[in-house]
Amino acid sequence: MSPPTTPSRLSHARDLSRPGFYVKLVLVMLVNAMGVYGIMACIPLEEWGVLAFLVVTLLVVDYVYFSNRAIPAKYLVPGLIFLAVFQIYVMVNTAYVAFTNYGDGHNDNKSAAITQIMKTSDRRVDGTPTYPLTVLDRDGRIAFAIVQDGEAKVGDAETPLAPADGATVEGEKVTEVEGAEVLNLGQIQQRQKEVLDLRVSMTDDPADGWLRTDNGTMAYVAKSTLTYDEAADTFTTADGKVFKADPSRGLFVAEDGSTLSPGWRVNVGFDNFTQMFSDSRLAGPFVKSLVWSFAFAILSVLTTFAMGMLLAVVFNDPRVKGRVLYRALFILPYAFPAFLAALVWRGLLNREFGFINQVLLGGADINWLGDGNLAKLSILLVNLWLGFPYMFLVCTGALQSIPGELTEAGIMDGAGPLRRFGSITLPLLLVSVAPLLISSFAFNFNNFSLIFMLTGGGPNYPGAPYPLGETDILISMVYAIAFEGGERQYGLASAMSILIFVVVGLISWLGFRQTRKLEEVL
Amino acid sequence: MRKSLIAVATAGLTLSLAACGGGSGTSTSTPTTGVASPEATTASSPATSAPAATGSLTVWVDETRIDAFKQLGSAFQASTGVSLDVVQKPSQDIKTDFIAQAPTGEGPDLIVGAHDWVGDLQANGVIAPVELGDAVSGFNEIAIRGFTFDGQLYGVPYATENIGLVRNNGMVQDTPATFDELIAQGKAVEGAQFPVVIQQGAEGDAYHLYPVQTSFGASVFKVDADGAYTTELGMAGPEGEAFAAYLKKMADEKVVSASLGADQAKQAFLDKKTPYIVTGVWNIKDFQDAGIDVSVVPVPSAGGQPSAPFVGVQGVYLSSKSENALLANQFLEYLATPEAQDKLYEFAGRTPALTASADKVKDPILNGFAEAGKYGQPMPAIAAMGAVWKYWGAAELSIIEGKAEPAVAWQAMVKNINDAIAAA
Repeated sequence: MSPPTTPSRLSHARDLSRPGFYVKLVLVMLVNAMGVYGIMACIPLEEWGVLAFLVVTLLVVDYVYFSNRAIPAKYLVPGLIFLAVFQIYVMVNTAYVAFTNYGDGHNDNKSAAITQIMKTSDRRVDGTPTYPLTVLDRDGRIAFAIVQDGEAKVGDAETPLAPADGATVEGEKVTEVEGAEVLNLGQIQQRQKEVLDLRVSMTDDPADGWLRTDNGTMAYVAKSTLTYDEAADTFTTADGKVFKADPSRGLFVAEDGSTLSPGWRVNVGFDNFTQMFSDSRLAGPFVKSLVWSFAFAILSVLTTFAMGMLLAVVFNDPRVKGRVLYRALFILPYAFPAFLAALVWRGLLNREFGFINQVLLGGADINWLGDGNLAKLSILLVNLWLGFPYMFLVCTGALQSIPGELTEAGIMDGAGPLRRFGSITLPLLLVSVAPLLISSFAFNFNNFSLIFMLTGGGPNYPGAPYPLGETDILISMVYAIAFEGGERQYGLASAMSILIFVVVGLISWLGFRQTRKLEEVL
Repeated sequence: MRKSLIAVATAGLTLSLAACGGGSGTSTSTPTTGVASPEATTASSPATSAPAATGSLTVWVDETRIDAFKQLGSAFQASTGVSLDVVQKPSQDIKTDFIAQAPTGEGPDLIVGAHDWVGDLQANGVIAPVELGDAVSGFNEIAIRGFTFDGQLYGVPYATENIGLVRNNGMVQDTPATFDELIAQGKAVEGAQFPVVIQQGAEGDAYHLYPVQTSFGASVFKVDADGAYTTELGMAGPEGEAFAAYLKKMADEKVVSASLGADQAKQAFLDKKTPYIVTGVWNIKDFQDAGIDVSVVPVPSAGGQPSAPFVGVQGVYLSSKSENALLANQFLEYLATPEAQDKLYEFAGRTPALTASADKVKDPILNGFAEAGKYGQPMPAIAAMGAVWKYWGAAELSIIEGKAEPAVAWQAMVKNINDAIAAA
């Protein structure tokens, strides 16, 4: 099957006698070195997913670049790897989070939640003294020594506190114990995990509590308000109240409905998706935001395109003097960062102190950002100011690529200026800018920074059950619900962004299908 | 041909493996020396009975406090040998980033923040309890109550702050006892456009209105016998609605408006368009730099009871995922000493949370704020508080803007807040 390989046909990268091969060898060696380093870095961190990905990628890369059967793959592999890392992984992760209850109160996995509950329930017993602490190493095990009632006592994880023979006491502190080494601060720090985790029982009776330390110098008597039963997966309080793990909610729940904090992340199925429609508090604003998102995106594209194209046509005419200067000035708004410009406009549009009302309109009292309809108008106007330079630029470029002969032919045929524009210039213009209009629509549909900086979604619906406003588009609504409602709900936010992704994807697909028809005019 | 290629490929892999092996050899040896060196130093200096601890702690601090903590860090290092790696984070991101990163093990050992984060941080299991022992009694009681959640202390406070009424002594000299008289006095001042300003802005600002609200006896939540907040709303009912009606009156008198945000209110005071502003210590320096002689007094009562602003407490939280908990606890213990609190007062200029240090403060402005916050309460720290702020500010704004009847808007707000708390 494979063509006979003769030395003359061998590529630079396969011929051992030419430098190209060694360049390839060094490059692939570097890739391998980095990959192996990454794999070894994963092992102590126990990142098995990343490790598997690196192993597979490395094997694929080595196969592709050393085999002569995978020539197209040599060109595609780098791009595909980046696609997997930066696009597919992000999308899959978002989709995964959308099916979990990840958010406030469900921030980590179950074992972390159990550890944290045990940590916070281990509390100092009120009214007990603190003791200056001596940390000992007794036969390789950490032990605590304190002075209690004038007597030196030592204990460790296995043996409760007991009087120690042959201990030296100075003041309130034990300084020496027979058969054990006193650890200094540096050594304590080396073994801080052991020291912090150590609980020395005060007596044989667990009800008397235990000795623990937070800093290695002072110890106090603590007791746990909760006990964990690993087999039953329950926490029990001192007075017998049982909190049982509920795997569907990711919480420890008691029979009376009270819960322990924190919970953990669990899969909740389609709850996040159905919540948007079943929760009446969300459904209303969702529809309103959806309508306004479309109106905003469509109107933004139309107004900026109309204005940009008009200016481009006018300033494309050789009779206009100083075109270069005008064109440079028109591009200025494009040179400002959009969110900075939005903030400046917010100040300009302030009702009582803004430049627009105070100076331009001579002290008028127009509530630009506080009234629903005016706020929408303000957003469209500011976005027009921000967006027309882009349209102006692309239209100028497209106009200059339209051959002059076509216009001349129109003149020869006796077509007036409007007819020439409508039948020649505009269709040819649309062929090249239509895809940009679609991308502009997709951009404005998710134009979070403008909405957030200019109105913050406001004015809010009075008395609405969610902090949502009349100018909230879908993406700013997601932000408000997921992050501003006081409780971060990453799961719900992911589910909503998937819906937005579907909407934008659908529109773009339909749009690109339509633009193919435009190309038929050529 | 193919065989030779495979051989070369294997050679390449082996080479890269070998190169990597060398690299990993050094990388594994680094921790070994890292472990060995402190022991070596402690062993080589047996003369000192308690060798200084070594190591470093990572602290996240926002832009307003970074300098103070850098200076405190050098003082701490001088006395203990532990260095403080102070990392600046934007103030609006610090809490969210900490919650997201702590579980990954990438978070800091300590963060500096406000006490009202405690509910949120505790609900996410990212902070560890702190045991100060008897040192607790030396602190301002409000400060300790602020950092206490569910009966457990979760941080060490270092400063308290609250808002008060700031007066331009060049325009008026004495302040009346009631808010009505204050408005009348302010209106009579020549050249003043506003009798007094309370910042609001496009999203409302319940925090700055709270002293007026509490003078009607409408505290945000009811408190239990220990002074801890319950989840029962104190502002539901006739007291809250009386305040709502008064708020409308304040809007009519131009004390509050949606276009008077923080910047505009401050500018109005700087431009001498108002003799009074309700604000905090953070603006005082700018006022004084502008040559205005200011005094701080309590906000006069509008509803008959004394005004009680929220008291914000600043402090340091310990991450529950800290690998350096022992050192971090030593730092927190240091933070609870008068020495550290005096230093932070010197560096940051806020009222210390430790009573012994606060008593030493002789600054008339800070003492004025302390007087204004005499009846203050810590801001509630329950996790649903974020939702409360939003509804609260939005409802007040709709009253100010005249979009809703005060009592109707207030009742809708109470219902929404109760729903949000029940859902949380």
